[in-house]
Amino acid sequence: MSARILLALVLLLSAFAVQAEDAVVVDTIDTVDTENLYFTSPEREALYRKMVLELRCLVCQNQNIADSNAELAQDLRRRTYDLVSQGKSEQDIVAFMVQRYGDFVMYRPPFKSTTLFLWLGPFLILVLAVAMLLLYVRRRDTQAARAPDIAPADLDQARKLLEKNTS
Amino acid sequence: MSKAFLPLLGFLLLAGLFYIVLLQMDSGAYDPREVPTEFIGREAPSFTLPNLYDLSTTVSTESMRGRVWLLNVWGTWCPECWREHAFLVHLAGQGVPIVGLNWRDTVDEAIAMLTDKGDPFEFIGYDPRSDAVIEWGVYGAPETFLIDADGIVRVLHKGMLTAADWERKFAPFFAADEDAS
Repeated sequence: MSARILLALVLLLSAFAVQAEDAVVVDTIDTVDTENLYFTSPEREALYRKMVLELRCLVCQNQNIADSNAELAQDLRRRTYDLVSQGKSEQDIVAFMVQRYGDFVMYRPPFKSTTLFLWLGPFLILVLAVAMLLLYVRRRDTQAARAPDIAPADLDQARKLLEKNTS
Repeated sequence: MSKAFLPLLGFLLLAGLFYIVLLQMDSGAYDPREVPTEFIGREAPSFTLPNLYDLSTTVSTESMRGRVWLLNVWGTWCPECWREHAFLVHLAGQGVPIVGLNWRDTVDEAIAMLTDKGDPFEFIGYDPRSDAVIEWGVYGAPETFLIDADGIVRVLHKGMLTAADWERKFAPFFAADEDAS
């Protein structure tokens, strides 16, 4: 029984791993188009690349502003570049955007009371699913362990048939 | 009840839930794309932008201080802006001060629309690069803000402004204003 559960868990977790890998392939720092922008230092450029991946396009909503070609995304990229060029820190830029567009603008919103379910929901569902799986498996095992529900007459008949076969 | 009906029951529950949500979306009560605003109760940002009618001069929302006024974000590329325009002209006729924020437009097209359909705005800031739009947290047009005499944003309406929206959300602020004066 425990081996089966282990197998189920491994399969479940590998599904998560595949998902995570997919996400990385889509958005890596190197794929960001810096659109011939000029940066005063590699650190500034790295910050720009990081921020445009972290900020959500408000128009397309399932793309970050690096990915999106919506006009607002272009303007938000330019504003991000301006902020980076002015020497603003990551926290400054995040604060600037959140003040105007709310936590929604961040692909990784902060952990607080209003985002509690967003962050913990998946784990909650995972725990529930595993609990249900365990319950199900255990019930099935106890059912299987119980004496089989067959009438003695039927058993006798089965035994006779088997003996007839082997003789 | 037989256990065989459990999946059906689950299906019906889900279908019912989806139906309710879709009804809400249809009536406009629920918009899954709407981003909660950060501006209600906060001091309104100000802008100083080129004047749509004469780009060599500027207009500034500072001049609206002490008044209850509307900021309307619009563009000629936005069909809902066309649809709500007549209502804005009607409001302006009633003496409601409206400031225009012309977003991602060309001067010629914007002025042509105002000449054709009437100009409800006290003045219009020209914002082709979303400078003020980002300051105000706008991501779609039309959007209408109500700013009170203390410079605080009190109402934000996304999408076309109808007479019903006006009565429900905006009119109370102007009624109170008249009582005070």
